[in-house]
Amino acid sequence: MSLLEIAHLSRNFDGILAVDNISLTVEEGETISIIGPNGAGKTTLFNLVTGTDRPTHGEIRLDGRSLVGLSPDQFASRGMARTFQHGRVFGNLSVLDNVLIGAHTRRKRPHNLVAELLAALLPFPSVRTDEYRLRQDAEAIIALFGERLTPRLHQPASSLSYANRRRVELARALALHPRILLLDEPTAGMNPTETAEMLEFIRTLKQRGLTILLIEHKLALVMALSDRVVVMDNGQKIAEGSPEVIRTNPQVIEAYLGHKQHQRDVAAQSAQAQVPTEKPLSRLAVETS
Amino acid sequence: MIQFLRTFFDQTINGLVIGNIYALTAVGLALIFGVGNLINFAHGSVYMIGAYVGWVCVTQWHTPLPIAFLAVIIVCGLLGLLIERLGLRSLQNSARIAPLLATIGISFMLDQTTQLVFSPNPQSFPSPLPTTRYWIGGVSIGATDLLIAATGLSLAAILFFFLRYTKLGWALRATAQDREAAQQMGVDVNAVNQTAFALASILGGIAGMLVGIYFQTVYPTMSFQAGLKGFAANLLGGLGNIPGAVLGGLLLGLIESYGVAIFGATYRNLFAFVILIAILVIRPAGLFTKKRQLPPEPLTGTFTPNNKLVRIPPWLVGLGIALAGLLPFVIQSPYVLQILTNAWLLGMVALSVTLVTGTAGQTSLGQAGFMAIGAYTSALLTLRLNWPFELALPVAGVLSAVLGTLLVLPAFRLRAHYVAIATIGIGEIVSQVILNWDNLTNGAMGLTNIPAPTFFGPPVFLPREIYWYSLGLLLAAALIQWRLLRSALGRTWRAIREDDVAAQAYGINLNRYKALAFAVSAFVAGLSGAFTAHMYTYINNETFTNTTSTLALTMSILGGMGNILGAVVGALALTGLPEVFRGLVDYRYLIYGLALVLLIRFRPQGLLGTE
Repeated sequence: MSLLEIAHLSRNFDGILAVDNISLTVEEGETISIIGPNGAGKTTLFNLVTGTDRPTHGEIRLDGRSLVGLSPDQFASRGMARTFQHGRVFGNLSVLDNVLIGAHTRRKRPHNLVAELLAALLPFPSVRTDEYRLRQDAEAIIALFGERLTPRLHQPASSLSYANRRRVELARALALHPRILLLDEPTAGMNPTETAEMLEFIRTLKQRGLTILLIEHKLALVMALSDRVVVMDNGQKIAEGSPEVIRTNPQVIEAYLGHKQHQRDVAAQSAQAQVPTEKPLSRLAVETS
Repeated sequence: MIQFLRTFFDQTINGLVIGNIYALTAVGLALIFGVGNLINFAHGSVYMIGAYVGWVCVTQWHTPLPIAFLAVIIVCGLLGLLIERLGLRSLQNSARIAPLLATIGISFMLDQTTQLVFSPNPQSFPSPLPTTRYWIGGVSIGATDLLIAATGLSLAAILFFFLRYTKLGWALRATAQDREAAQQMGVDVNAVNQTAFALASILGGIAGMLVGIYFQTVYPTMSFQAGLKGFAANLLGGLGNIPGAVLGGLLLGLIESYGVAIFGATYRNLFAFVILIAILVIRPAGLFTKKRQLPPEPLTGTFTPNNKLVRIPPWLVGLGIALAGLLPFVIQSPYVLQILTNAWLLGMVALSVTLVTGTAGQTSLGQAGFMAIGAYTSALLTLRLNWPFELALPVAGVLSAVLGTLLVLPAFRLRAHYVAIATIGIGEIVSQVILNWDNLTNGAMGLTNIPAPTFFGPPVFLPREIYWYSLGLLLAAALIQWRLLRSALGRTWRAIREDDVAAQAYGINLNRYKALAFAVSAFVAGLSGAFTAHMYTYINNETFTNTTSTLALTMSILGGMGNILGAVVGALALTGLPEVFRGLVDYRYLIYGLALVLLIRFRPQGLLGTE
């Protein structure tokens, strides 16, 4: 049985199919990237798979148990952790507190409301031990980012640089000890050095056996990390396969570089300008190398 | 049967006439919401001022009606420009809730000014129109009805043509659609805002004057109900939807009219608030608008700009507490002690509001409702069941927590300023239920002879004993809240405030934690209300009003949202300062309003910063 099974998933926004009959299985320990032009429906797919949005049709199963209809917090407590496309840290919370929120589902919490209130009010030893344990773990996760975050443990997240906020978000997701980590453009807005650093970081996570679903525009990163690549366009899955296969798939090239007519126009223009033209294929290769 | 039909037609006419007035109010709110994305709480005050301007012209200066209309148009139009300047333009880059709070402050100022100028008493407004009634097929219609209907229809027509066929009207509609795009196309957005505010205020003012003529009376507090009803009507038709606002107004008028005929006049105000909550919960896009999502951008947080917390060293806090405790040995004046007791009790309400609004991010303008539940519980338990105060007080707190949370529960799916509106409505519903549940609450007569507080002994009467008792309660509430904020629970609440979508994505069950926040908040507010009831020995449905709710929110903003010490400091400042400058006592609410407007503009993080 696959860890995550997505079957015939669709999301209809007032007649527009943002996600159109997508099926996908994710095995334990796999890293799968979802690529596609802007507006292809990648983030909508993420929203569906993390419960932020509900599918019009289709099925999402984790370990064979259906997740459809559950709320996002229930998705999280089943082990789905995500980051957001534009980064959503808790600005007025410290870095440590942000990461500790990620550990929310691992906290020992009484089911009873009054008991939870009392546990917050009175320092029972068990509550303190639990808090201490989570805190140690959160600090260890933050330490993975080395000098980037450790010195800023108690600074409010709003005071961090953009790249650091993305790191906090990732640390927060890791604090959930996720079964599947969903990263929505983790390197958006990062410079090449920071991107390379993030690539190495994700590679470490992958080597530790974490299952990762990744949305990313930087193809170099995608090709370096992915076991499989899924290409989306207009809400549909147009291709799926190993990075090598995807790199040479004509449909993918078309989705990325426009329709044939447009390509011909471009080619004609370039020819007129007497500029040596590259084949679209090699352009893609250049971009990804 | 014929009698029934006649009543039915009469009520329909009544409903349509009143509905016309609601429609005028609602259209104004819709215009402003459309261009400014702002729920204008000062709109009710503009309506009230329109009524007063009409009253002054007709009864004091004996001008003909058209001149009165003209005066209303000029005064209210200018008022609209002023509100746009103070409430919107200077706050364009603030949190979404900021302009809403600013308009609440403006409305405080306008209401209080009117009270100072014309006294808080109702003024009789004899109709300048002939009192003959025309009989059409067994249904009677008065000249006032005709005037209202004609004014409503012609104003709707004028507005329609303005929006449809004039350049400014186009600009206005374009701005309502997409502000940035309109601006890029060369639309002067400020001019559009000014036009919308002026137009809206003119419509509101005319509605106020018509209502004055219709009920033959004007009074300063008519503003609040009018604003909220206009909002309910607007919501019925879909926020910002102008034709929807007209239909919503007429519908609300009809529902009220039939409702009053069936249940009685004291229920009049209940319908609007029940509709308000029901629509917010069931169909927030309104009845006539095609299903549309709430604004898509994250509307989380209430009033928490990124800021630095002002750290007060613990020894200073300890010193402050010690001074407060020792004060009655130095100052014997019962008056001063009473003022400070009020500050402590309001401080508890400020604490309760700062927890839900500041820490958990759910703007509450309904804390008075929780106070009332606590007050009535404790008063009834001691009066009817002879419970000792020491037992009735905590039970009052718990019941307030349970009932309060259940009442707010339907609003949990709402965000940002919709929560504020819903909590206002809930506060009003509590007050209306108290008014109408005669058997239990003795209605408007209220409960008298509530026994004085006791503390495991004889009744506590002396001002300084009452002072210590209230101070003790405040400190206990502050201690509880301090513990909670430092726990994982406090962190969870703050995460919800910062970004509810992200919080939920990390496994936080929003409803559960909002419920916990409101429970603690309602508990503390309920304790304060209960103690107040026993201190005054008398309460009725008007003891705990929306003014108290707003005041408590202002106090917590003044101190810094979510800041425990800030809430107490804010309560002390706003209760104490008007007393220190004795001449200012009469202008108290004017000061509160001004404080709110200035704070939001110049120091939104409050004195001590957001925690």
